Amino acid sequence: MPEQPIAVAMSGGVDSSAVAAMLVRQGRTVVGMTMQLWNQRRLPELAVEGGAGRCCSLDDVYDARRVAEQIGIPYYVVNFERQFEEQVIKPFVDEYLAGRTPIPCTLCNNYIKFDRFLEMADSVGAHYMATGHYARVRFDAAAGRYQLLRAVDESKDQTYFLFGLTQAQLARTLFPLGGLNKPEVRDIARSMDLAVASKGDSQEICFVPNGDYAAFMDAYLAEKGVTVERTSGEIVTTEGRTLGRHEGVHHFTVGQRKGLGIATGEPLYVIATDPSSQRVTVGGNDDLLCSRFVAKEVNWISTAGVATGATLRAQVKIRNKHAAAPATLCATTGADRVEVRFDDAQRAITPGQGAVFYDADIVLGGGWIE
Amino acid sequence: MQHFYFDHNATTPVDPEVLETAVSCLGQVYGNASSIHHFGQAAKQRLEAARRQVAALINASAAQIVFTSGGTEADNLAILGVTRASAAAHKHVITCAIEHPAVISPAKQLAGEGVEITCLRVASSGVVSPDDIRRALRPDTVLVSIMHANNELGTLQPIAEIAQIVHQAGVALHVDGVQALGKVPVDMEALGVDLYSMSGHKLYAPKGVGALYVRKGTRLAPISYGGHHERDRRPGTENVPGIAAFGAAAELAGRRMTEDSERLATLRDRLENAVLDHVPGTGVNGSRWNRVPNTSNLYFDGIDGEAMVIALDLRGFAVSTGAACSSGALSPSHVLKAIGLTDERARASMRFSLGRANTTAQVDALIEAIGASVAHLRRISVHA
Repeated sequence: MPEQPIAVAMSGGVDSSAVAAMLVRQGRTVVGMTMQLWNQRRLPELAVEGGAGRCCSLDDVYDARRVAEQIGIPYYVVNFERQFEEQVIKPFVDEYLAGRTPIPCTLCNNYIKFDRFLEMADSVGAHYMATGHYARVRFDAAAGRYQLLRAVDESKDQTYFLFGLTQAQLARTLFPLGGLNKPEVRDIARSMDLAVASKGDSQEICFVPNGDYAAFMDAYLAEKGVTVERTSGEIVTTEGRTLGRHEGVHHFTVGQRKGLGIATGEPLYVIATDPSSQRVTVGGNDDLLCSRFVAKEVNWISTAGVATGATLRAQVKIRNKHAAAPATLCATTGADRVEVRFDDAQRAITPGQGAVFYDADIVLGGGWIE
Repeated sequence: MQHFYFDHNATTPVDPEVLETAVSCLGQVYGNASSIHHFGQAAKQRLEAARRQVAALINASAAQIVFTSGGTEADNLAILGVTRASAAAHKHVITCAIEHPAVISPAKQLAGEGVEITCLRVASSGVVSPDDIRRALRPDTVLVSIMHANNELGTLQPIAEIAQIVHQAGVALHVDGVQALGKVPVDMEALGVDLYSMSGHKLYAPKGVGALYVRKGTRLAPISYGGHHERDRRPGTENVPGIAAFGAAAELAGRRMTEDSERLATLRDRLENAVLDHVPGTGVNGSRWNRVPNTSNLYFDGIDGEAMVIALDLRGFAVSTGAACSSGALSPSHVLKAIGLTDERARASMRFSLGRANTTAQVDALIEAIGASVAHLRRISVHA
């Protein structure tokens, strides 16, 4: 083989297509690969009209293949359905059943995109992989560590989903879009006449049509022949007053307002869900405010961590659309458990979601909200 | 970069001689074979000449050949056609676990219509036992469908022996011969089968043409409707250029069979022996004996077959992990699982299928590329 190729993870969308095209234009040897992660023919009851915006559809593979053909690179579809189900779908379902609100995209990044895909890159002799994520990687010679930085286009920044990346993964990853904004990426795609230049953005959880995760859960559990033991419980107020009943805690997430089926004068929100008692606790907006939580399984990226007994100032983001808020990070029993104390109480700190620590643009690390 | 083709069980290149027939026919013989006039007659002549050529390759008479769009349609026509032609209230069909989806899927379709299906297991050799068939036969059995050569392993089934057993029970035998035709001698009289599926593109003819041999007296219900073509068995204007090419390919295969099979067996064994001798942790899937001469299915322990196909492709060698139709599927090959491989070993398996254009030099280059790829993949999987 000639020069070591770069393996580009191509989803069929405009971002990863632009990445592949940019690298080819720079004269790099590129191999395009699309990860087949989920079979859309499974769970046919979830089929949506048109099926647009869903992951791993035949249309997406068609688009990626078309771009690869246009820019003249070898292209393959690699099948990670088995690993995706084991390491993303099953934990996703289990987390919901346990009353938490998971983010499968992070698991997918940790265990599929930057693990299995990297292994596949290795297999074809590629040292580097490139994706269409909006983020930046930089080597900090002084600290001897790879740093993860927010994208220049803050509205597209995806570092929230990348907090699990290790030094070994970052060392081999290229994010060519980190310094660009979306219109610039579309311009590049258009200037190279890529077939996908005006394709719409993908939705957040790729395998859940229309964002209806409860319907996905029901269909998946039915397919697996799993009957969730208790599928109903009480909806209670913070004072313990019963307001009604519901059909399974996994239909609820902290901060949720719609779908409670209760008419009251003031707006009610889900404050907590408890799978053991099947109880959903609701309350007013103020009840959602909280100023501290523990992040577990913390992965440190741009710094080695907080020493025991020490603290670190950071801005902490507790969900993708949250504006990172100033907080103090306190070490607990180990480096991978961190207590986060916000300066001001934050709304709906949701167990199962990620908590990502920033120092301005630099991602210090992140963990899972306990 | 040069690319070398070692995936002839997926499909073959069109032979130049066959291509000439197809192109001249496509350009000049445009009449509808059902038309009365000169143009129709010219087409009809080409159609019937091809029918005789295909019949000759399998020692059958021309009237027993029904042209189809390919092997899949031939399999469907045989399985659905024979079973639906029976008026019995209870019907039973026997097939085996390593059949092609073109057989398994119509059998499943029949199961949905109330037909009972017995799917026989096979030994680790990849061969079905005639005794198992004898035991599975019942008074309500209407059809037995067993493939001649397996597409992934290349193993040959004892068709003549099976035919005797099946006929003693008064049952019809269908054989999917897609992977055997042109690779080993196929003789309808010697084998004694009732229906035999064939495909053009596995035989150096173009895609989109195949045939079903139907023994005289075999009752067959049509599976599509719309005309009286092919003696009321397969409606639709005949694909004359494709069929003419198939005929030419059949004739060529008959002429070249001895030479081709000796040469390919030598090359295949050269490949297989080199890999087995020099690459540790490898072995042959299925029996090494009673195989078509061009196929080798090998496992490489600790290797991801999908990754190796890509790695070899980037080095210029086209091979496959199994059937082209099932690659990219969630579960590993049903054939490899049926012969008792673990999921892990099935995923570590690769199929090499040789063809006319392959040379000793190409095989030697492939051997070297396999060695290098396996070494690389094993090196990186140490820390994976």
